[in-house]
Parts: sequence; C-alpha cells; structure tokens
Amino acid sequence: MNDSILTLILLAPLAGAVLVTLLPDRGKLPAWIALLTSLITFVFTLHLPVHFVHGQSGFQFEIDRLWIENPAIHYHVGIDGLSLWMVVLVGLLAIAGVVASWNAIKERRKTFYSLFLVQQTAMYGVFISLDLMVYYGFWELSLVPMAILIAMYGRKDGPKAATKFFLFTFIPSAPLLVAILWLYEKTGTFDFAQLQMYVASGALPVAPLYWVALAFLFAFAVKVPIFPLHGWLADTFNEAPVAMAMVVAGKLGLYSMLRFHVGLFPVQARHIAPVMIALAGIGILYGACLALVQRDFWRLLAFAALGHLSLIVLGIYGFTFTGWDGAIYQILNNELIDAALFVLFGALELRYLTSQIAAYGGLAGKVPQTATLFVIASLAMIGLPMLNGFVGEFLILSSTFSGVSRGWAIVATLGVILSAAYMLWLIQRLFYGPESVLATSKPATDLYFGELAILWPFAVLMLVMGIAPTAWITIIETRSGPPSLKTSVPSTQAGQSAALSEGSQP
Amino acid sequence: MNPGDSLRILPEIILTLTGVLVMLIDASLPPGWPRRGLGWVAALGTTVALWSSLWQLSLPVGTGFYGTVETSPFTVFFHVLICGIVLVALLLALDTLPEDSHHQGEYYALVVFGAVGMCLLTSAIELLVVFIALEISSISTYVLAGYRKHTGRGPEAAIKYFLLGSFATAFLLYGIALIFGATGSTQIYEIAHALAPMPNVPNLPLVLASLCLMLVGILFKVSAAPFHVWTPDVYEGAPSPVVALLSTAPKAAAFALLLRVLYEEFPTLHSIWVPVLWIVAVLSMTVGNLAALRQQNVKRMLAYSSIAHAGYLLAAFAGLGASGVAAACFYIAAYAAMNVGIFAVVTLVSGYDEKLPLVRDFRGLIYRSPALGSLLIFFLISLIGIPFTGGFFGKFYSFSAAVGGGAVWLAVIGLLNSGLASAYYLRLAFASAQRPAEEIANAPVHSTPMGIAVAAALLFAAAATLILGIVPDKILHASEAAAHTLRPPSEVQVTPPITANARPNP
Repeated sequence: MNDSILTLILLAPLAGAVLVTLLPDRGKLPAWIALLTSLITFVFTLHLPVHFVHGQSGFQFEIDRLWIENPAIHYHVGIDGLSLWMVVLVGLLAIAGVVASWNAIKERRKTFYSLFLVQQTAMYGVFISLDLMVYYGFWELSLVPMAILIAMYGRKDGPKAATKFFLFTFIPSAPLLVAILWLYEKTGTFDFAQLQMYVASGALPVAPLYWVALAFLFAFAVKVPIFPLHGWLADTFNEAPVAMAMVVAGKLGLYSMLRFHVGLFPVQARHIAPVMIALAGIGILYGACLALVQRDFWRLLAFAALGHLSLIVLGIYGFTFTGWDGAIYQILNNELIDAALFVLFGALELRYLTSQIAAYGGLAGKVPQTATLFVIASLAMIGLPMLNGFVGEFLILSSTFSGVSRGWAIVATLGVILSAAYMLWLIQRLFYGPESVLATSKPATDLYFGELAILWPFAVLMLVMGIAPTAWITIIETRSGPPSLKTSVPSTQAGQSAALSEGSQP
Repeated sequence: MNPGDSLRILPEIILTLTGVLVMLIDASLPPGWPRRGLGWVAALGTTVALWSSLWQLSLPVGTGFYGTVETSPFTVFFHVLICGIVLVALLLALDTLPEDSHHQGEYYALVVFGAVGMCLLTSAIELLVVFIALEISSISTYVLAGYRKHTGRGPEAAIKYFLLGSFATAFLLYGIALIFGATGSTQIYEIAHALAPMPNVPNLPLVLASLCLMLVGILFKVSAAPFHVWTPDVYEGAPSPVVALLSTAPKAAAFALLLRVLYEEFPTLHSIWVPVLWIVAVLSMTVGNLAALRQQNVKRMLAYSSIAHAGYLLAAFAGLGASGVAAACFYIAAYAAMNVGIFAVVTLVSGYDEKLPLVRDFRGLIYRSPALGSLLIFFLISLIGIPFTGGFFGKFYSFSAAVGGGAVWLAVIGLLNSGLASAYYLRLAFASAQRPAEEIANAPVHSTPMGIAVAAALLFAAAATLILGIVPDKILHASEAAAHTLRPPSEVQVTPPITANARPNP
C-alpha cells in the first residue's frame, strides 16, 4: 500500500475524469461522480500523514521506475514534510471545489467536471514528482484544464482572461524547460536528489548556473504571483469558475520555489534573496493598498491574495528555518482561508448575481450563516490569535524581524494591519449597515447543505490549526529541505550572510 | 540487378499497382455510378504497402538496382509514416468528398501515386532517382491542390504551387548537376566519399554552390522561411482533406531527403550548413508565428503554423550527429500526427466547400459538437507543445538536440516562439470553448455527419498524438535506429555501388 499510494492518488482523479467522459451528461450525474472521486482521493491522501515516519530524512512513499530511456526520464514520486500537507490540501480543496460548482455550473457539466478532475491529477503530480521532467509535465498540464474552463465559463470575456493567464504562465516556462535541459546536458539526470548533489558539489559551471536558477525562479514567481508579475491574477479571479480560481494562485508556485529554487540552488537563491525580499515587501503593501480600493469583491480577493502570498515569499527568502516552517504552514492556512472565502463569495454571487461590493449591504440578518462563516474566515485571514492565520504570520514576521531585516518586518506588519482594514471594511459593507435594495428585493436563501457541510469543517480546522499547530509543524519539519544554512557564501555576500546567520536555528 | 532488388521497392510497387487498379476500375465504371468504393480500394492498398514496408525490416540493410535505392530502418521509418498519413488522408476524403464530386476516382489514384513518389524519395540514394521521385510526388500534389475547380481559389492555389514548385525543383536539379561536375557522381555515398578529404575538399566553390542550390530546392518543399510564401495561399485554396495530406506527407519526405543530403552527402561541410540552418530555423519560426498571429482564416493560420513547425524541426539539425537525426525523425512523426488530425477536424467543421473558414466561425464548437470541439482543442494543445502529447516530446527532443549541439540560444528562441505561438492556437481553442453567441446557438445545427471512415481517421490521429506523448519509447527507438543508418562518411567504407549492393550493417 505504501508503495502504490501516491500512484493511486495520482490516478484516481484521472479515472474519475474518464468515467465522467464516458457516462452521459444527465442532470447532476457528473457532479456526483466528481464528488465521489474527490472524496475517495481525499481519503487516499489521508493515508499519507497517518503512515508518515516522523524524523526520517529523505523522501517517503517513493517509487522510482524508468519511464523513458532516452532521455532518462523516471516516474519518480515521493513526498516529504514539505509536500505532504500540500497533497492533503489538494484533496481537501477538490471537495470544496465540487461543492462550490454544485449549483454554479449549470451547463456542460460533463466537460467541466472531467477537466476539473484532470486538473486535480496535474496538481497532485506537481507536488509528488521528484523527476524534473515529470514535474515539468504536470506543471504545464495544470495550465490546460484551467485555461479551457476559464474560457468556457468566464463571466464577461472568458477567452481574454484565459489567454492572459495561459501566456503569463506558459512563456516563463520556456526558459524553465531550457534550464532543465541544460542541467540534463551537464549531469545526465533529471532526478531531483541527484541534481541537488551535483549542484551542491560545485562541479557545474558557476555563471550559467546562475541563469539556470534565475529561469527556475522566474517561472515560479509568475505562478505565485510576485509583484510585478501579477498582471494575470485579478482577471483570472474575476473570470474563472470558483472551483478553479481557488487553486490557481499560491501553492503551486510557492511549493516549487521552496523545492526547486531554494532547495536546488541554495547559493544562487541566497544571492537573489534581497531582491525577492524587497519585491515581497512591495507586494505586501501594494496588494493591501489596491485591495482597499477595489469595488468588485473578486478583484479585492485577488489583491488580498497578492499581499498574503508576498508575505509567504518573504518567509521563504528570509533563509531562516522558522521562516520556512512559517511559510509552509502559511501556504496551508492561506489556501484554506481563500478556499472558504471563494466558496462564500461564490455563494453570494450565485444568489445576488453581482460581485459589486456597493450593491450589497445589511445581509447579516438575511443570511446569518453566510455572515458568521465569512467573519470567521476573514478573522483567520487577518491573523487573529487562536486562528490559523496568526501562527503562520507570526512565525514569518518574527523570523524576519530577528533574522533578516527589521525594516522589512515593519513593512510586512503594516501590510497585515492594512489587510485587517480592508477585510473588516468589506464585512461591514457586505453584511452590516442599512439593508440595500438587493438585500430586500431578492429572496434570501442562506447556504445550502453542501456548502455548510464543507464550510463548517473548514472553520473548525482553522481553529484547530490555530490552537495546535505543532501537529502540522512536526511533519513540516521532517523535510529534506535546503541543505544546511552554513553553506559557504561567496565573500561579496559576507554582510548579507552575517545577517542571515543570525537567523534562528531549529 | 538481381531478383531480390524488387523487394527493396516493394511498398512502391504495391502503391503503384493500387493506383493503376483504381484508375482502371474508375475508367470501366459507367458514369454516374458511386465511386466511393474506390477510396476503400486505395486505403486497402495503402495498408498493405504499410505492412510490406514493415516487413522490409527483415531484409538486410542494403541497396538495390545498382545502388540507386536503399532499404534501412531509416527508409522503413519514413515509409510507415508516409503510408500512415496517406491512409488517414484517404479515410478522411472518403467521408468528406461530396458524393457527386467530379473525378472522385482520380482523386484517390492521385493520392496513391503521390505516395509512391514520396516513398521513393525517402529510399533513393541516387540524386537522379531523387529528382524523379520528387517530380512524381509533386505532380500529383499540384493537381490535388487545384481540385476545387469551381472556386477561384482552387486553380489559383494550383498555379502558384506549380510555378513556384517547379522553379524550386529547377534549383535542386541545378545543384545535382553541379555536384556531378564537382565529384563525377550522382550517388550519395560516392559523393560523400569524394568529399571526404577534409579540409581540402576538392572543387570547394562548386560543391558549396551545389549545397546552396540543393538547400533552396528542399527548403522550399518543407516550406521553411524564406521559401515559404506559397504555403498560406495553397493551403487556403486547396480542399481541406488535401491540405491534411499536403502539409504532412510531402514535408516528411522532403525532410527525409534533407537529412540524407546533409548527413550523408555533405557531412564534411557540417560547419557550413549548421549555421545556415540555424538562421533558417529561427527565421521560419519567427516569421511563421508572427504572421499566424494576425490570421483570421483558420487554414491560413495553420499554414503559418506549419512554417513555424518546420523551424522547430530544423532546430534539431543543430544537434550532434545521430541525436539530431533521431530528434528530427521523431518530430516529423509527431507533427504529422497532430497536423493531420487538426486538418481532419477543420475539414469536418468547415465542410468541403468551406462555408465556415474563419476563427470566429468556430465559436461554440464544443457546445455544438462536443467530440469535434474536444478533439480540436486536443490537437491544438499538442501543437502548442503541452506535455503528455506528441507535440511536447517533438519539441523536447528537437530542442534538447539543439542544446546538446551547443545551440542553447536556438532552444531559447524556439521555446519563446512556442510561447508566442500558443497565443493564436489558444485563440482558436478558446473560441471553440466559448459559449456560442445567441444566434448561433439557436441556428439549426450544421455539421458534416461523421461516418465510420472519418471517425477511424480521427481516432488514428488522436491515438498517435497521445501515444507519442505518453509512451514515446517505441517511436523513439525507431527513429534512433533510423538515425544510426545515416552515417558520416568516415565510417562508410564505400565501395563502388555497382558491384556491391549491400552496405555493412552498422
């Protein structure tokens, strides 16, 4: 079981997709199959934390089979503390995705759910692949269902947003592929662990390696996204079906940064860390400021996401262990909170048919469950103690403050305060104040059973993750993370490295 | 000549007999009788030819007819490929040629005769036979290009193709004449032998002139820039089932010839033709993609896309020796599978008379016909080069060959180009994914009914594209075997071909 579990997780959604394609498009049948598939896959993913061996270095549940002889591409999958929770998260969000689409997708359900399930396979693939080519394959594959679904179900101009999204992420992956090919040319392997050793050994020429690392970083930075590469984000959030938008940003890019940029090229990553920290700082403030002035709640959520994702980037490029723990934990928190907000916004838009914030007001009396859950999710996002957002933000901010730079820590804290401002103001405008025309004219229907059945567990999870983060973090710390922080740093970076070495040690 | 020689051209013999048979039956049937059965005869003959060329693998590698033709894994690879393409094109025509069409029988016969020329072109190792084979294939494609006589575009396409094509062939012939003058032979191995003494190649200016002239002639056939201007007009004017053939099979044959000429005839001039092809490759992809971006007509767009693909393919020529050849062979197969597929879909959507030729006419295709829409998107994704499709591995091998040969910039330019190209492929893909405009959605459904022949053709192309993307091993081994039969002359201990008709097995 331990050997084949990852393959099962990878193939289960694909099997579901094939099943959806073969069966007729009648009523909610495709949705039921997708729900069932997602539930089964989620149960499979829960096998991982249960059987994960704490403290064992290296990857677990590994399979390594030759797939293509020349070039030597292996079907090599495995997980460690970094990717384990990501895989579980994908499984959980898949269920949320199906629930969010349950009533929102009314036509061509068959196409929607089969592509939705293919998307799940692609995302699992990204998180478990340890062969760079296989990883790249899933990375690219994850674009396709997303782009097609944005084009098909876009609210106003789907094809435009889909093209923007596709080009933004596809073009940077061209240098990424060349970089991977170059590595293969020099080392003869696509295997992550072997490449890590080759790179660390210093046998590769230094100058090209710098560009290779940059190519990796560029592809990931667009996907996160990082300021100023976020051009696709707002349009995609605005146009994509809810189930797709909730997974499009964040975890794929951030995970890849941790694994394949910081993890594979620690020296080069540290060279460029000051730039990344500065961009992250700008992104935090920029995202928060723009979120303050948005009139449309999807766009607000997009810029809020930019701010919060930038905070995680700050944690990653601070090069402290605490920062990394916090960053990985915050990826989980952030995705969970965003997913809850997406489901709630989707529910609102489905009932009131608009995403203009100004049209809403005074809904709390009409849809109390929605309001309650929305407040919980928002408070978690803001970083209220006892809720999950607090733990991750605290770890990142404190490690930045003590280990990286007080200035940027203050900037980031300012961003957190601003995020409280726009979220609370949003709650006030949506749910409180005088009842708007919309609230009085439309018949109020609160959340459906399916939405409640996914959102309350999410809310409980936010609380549990806020109170007992150690359960998650012990696994997160069992990662074959970047090599030791004491990796020699060229003398030009002496000042920087002095600052870095103050960082808290595990 | 010994009696075994005819076995070396067995597929050509079978194809010729099939063509003659089709012509004879066509002539003896009374006018007005349905001639659709002739298509099945032609398809059957092509299938037999395909099997016979596979059987040729059991022959020892060697030459026949006084060293004018050869059988080797290389020729078998291209025979199978060309017969496969022709088979799909015939199946496609079976269901899409109008039943009352003039000269249906001739259509099938011409396709088969064209196949004879293309097959012979790949197995000829004597430049005069090469020339004759090229003429056989060209003449039937000239006629086929102008098959829609009742429209203005058809004859225009045929005349343009014919005039420019014969002009280009003249260049090739002149090149042959010059190399005969320089070396005293027209047999490829003898020429290579005569040119072997590096760096003192005898009659260098003459040889260089001959190389350039032959390159012009062949690059015209593969529609590489700057010899591409005929392509869009011909593709637009010729009927779509013909374009499915025209854009793949003759190109595959011409690329085979290019490989033969460069790697077997002029390997000593490697340092001269590599930079030339570098420039041609970059020019082709850039010109093709930039022009395709602006096209509204689907067939013109795909014509420019095929120019760009010729560029990607030529990138493989920058690779070292066998790896470059293998990459090129693989790319030709992948390109043929997806391009035949997409033209088959376009034929079915636009119809033989092309009432719906524009990109915007494809809007909502996936709503009107889910199967055709999905296939169209699938083939477009393959043309973009997304992993798990043949297009990806084609590009992958081609660019990794280029990186292996040290042409990193060529790979970067090529991959950026494929990013650029995705913009116009996506325009078509997203148009067909988009919800149809109201008037179209309510209009009576018009589409060519999908018969069993065309369904088989589509299935064949789609399966080939998918298999090349998931388990490329088999084809890769075949193309590597093919590559190893093309050898630089230092290894070829030739051997007057008139006395010896078997080359040593590598």
